[in-house]
Amino acid sequence: MQRTHYLVDTTQPLTRRATLTRLAALSAGAAAGSLPLRSRAAITTAPVTRPIPSTGEAMPVVGLGSWITFNVGQDAAGLAASTAVIRAFLAGGGKMIDSSPMYGSAQDTIGHALKALGGPKTAWSADKVWDGDLARGTAQMATSRQRWGVERFDLMQVHNLLGWEAHLPRLFEMKTAGRLRYVGISTSHGRRHADVAQIMGSQPLDFVQLTYNLLDREVEQRLLPLARERGIAVIVNRPFRQGALPQQLARHPLPGWASEIGCADWAQVALKFVVSHPAVTCAIPATTRVDHVQQNLAAGSGVMPDAALRARMAREVAAL
Amino acid sequence: MDAWWSYRPSDLLMFSPAIYWRLFESLNRQAWPFVAALLASGVLVGMWWTRSAGSVQTLDDTRAVSAQAVRDALAGSARGAAALMALAWLGVAWAFFWQRFAPISSAAETFAGMFLVQAFGFGLLALSPGLRWASALSLRTVCGLALGTWAVIGHPALAALFGRPMLQAEWLGLAPDPTALAALALLLLLDAPVQPFTRALQRALWLLPLLWCAITSLTLWTLGEAQAGVVLALAGVALGAAALRRR
Repeated sequence: MQRTHYLVDTTQPLTRRATLTRLAALSAGAAAGSLPLRSRAAITTAPVTRPIPSTGEAMPVVGLGSWITFNVGQDAAGLAASTAVIRAFLAGGGKMIDSSPMYGSAQDTIGHALKALGGPKTAWSADKVWDGDLARGTAQMATSRQRWGVERFDLMQVHNLLGWEAHLPRLFEMKTAGRLRYVGISTSHGRRHADVAQIMGSQPLDFVQLTYNLLDREVEQRLLPLARERGIAVIVNRPFRQGALPQQLARHPLPGWASEIGCADWAQVALKFVVSHPAVTCAIPATTRVDHVQQNLAAGSGVMPDAALRARMAREVAAL
Repeated sequence: MDAWWSYRPSDLLMFSPAIYWRLFESLNRQAWPFVAALLASGVLVGMWWTRSAGSVQTLDDTRAVSAQAVRDALAGSARGAAALMALAWLGVAWAFFWQRFAPISSAAETFAGMFLVQAFGFGLLALSPGLRWASALSLRTVCGLALGTWAVIGHPALAALFGRPMLQAEWLGLAPDPTALAALALLLLLDAPVQPFTRALQRALWLLPLLWCAITSLTLWTLGEAQAGVVLALAGVALGAAALRRR
């Protein structure tokens, strides 16, 4: 008999409202038994959340990135598509939207969408400072706020550790003054992990952002355990390797265990693998499509693979 | 920062192919009268060269008057072509890089600067002594004419060939790729000047178009666009044809 590997995230407070939402969703899922598998997987239960360790604030495990996808310049069709994605993301229970001044016009695009949507209170703003100079970086953050159209950011991260020695003290001052809520650092593509670990060990960070996916798993060795030990929330970028991972895996049939955890395709498998790591607070896949954002949110809800199934997922994908 | 060589081109790419091609759509919607003028100027340059070469060949054959005198008389059209090319590079710097590419790429200002420098270079060439058309039909000048024809009408047709709407076509004077190829074509159609300054300037003007061909080929390849190879191949043909001059 095949063993069923899954667990429901227990870090989310099970309120009466959440319970009712889940029951309603389960009923809807049962009623949708005749739907194609992909459609069934897009039916969402309440999003799984994780607490931000420094405050306990609940964060849905699937967020929204903006690298490339929201860099649309003045393109009207691109702006409309991005607005639709953000609308669907927030309507589906998503919170964290992440960007950077490095991402071209992505901040303007997010600002455009948030304005068009009437400044939704549920949007949780995460941005970065990307300049080695303190004065220029401070001015850059002010510009970023204007582009987003927000009074303050929820989270400000030092992008790729650029000028972190100068920026972190300033960011902690701003947090104390109530001009932002959380402070973090970011890296990607597996770069500078030794420096990241040193900063995580020595600075009172709220967040660290790093690359983690089914194939890039180096952070499991040191950074993710360190984040748990130090009480630092983890944001995962490149969960799909910028879309290449699901494309690469699509050549292979979906394993039987995928349906046990409610996954209809490889993208959902990849995302569920990332957000089910106990140290991960939120992953930030980027997309230009509403159906993809809905499928991503669906992967961030319902049952999650347990440690044994996670190990099997990584092993089998590495062998493909 | 990590060592620059640890980054792959795809790590630095900031935009999607759809957004890149729609930049040209936006540009063409606003600048279509300019496109018509540029097409006409491309045809004009081709006619200038054909008339110039034909006149010199005829006069050389009959030995009625000095071919040099005719070349001097026709130098004005070569200057006109260089001036038009300066305008084309200026147009790309402003309308494409500065106005449209800058919001989506942090490299846009650098590229705008490159195109401004090249525009200045062609402007200077238009005023330089000893500028003249290559006087004979040869493999080099045939390559120049073919490459020029490609830049004016062939390159825009790639949009349709690769399944994009013609509204997203890349036109000489607005889009960087056909403008760089047209510059190489013009340089192939010019004679090697005797004057050291003009000769050095004419050689220096090869650098930025070739550099741009390499940059755009890498960008298009990273975007997964099949036409990346087209620009690189044509730049290679131009270089090969230029090498013939020295034999």
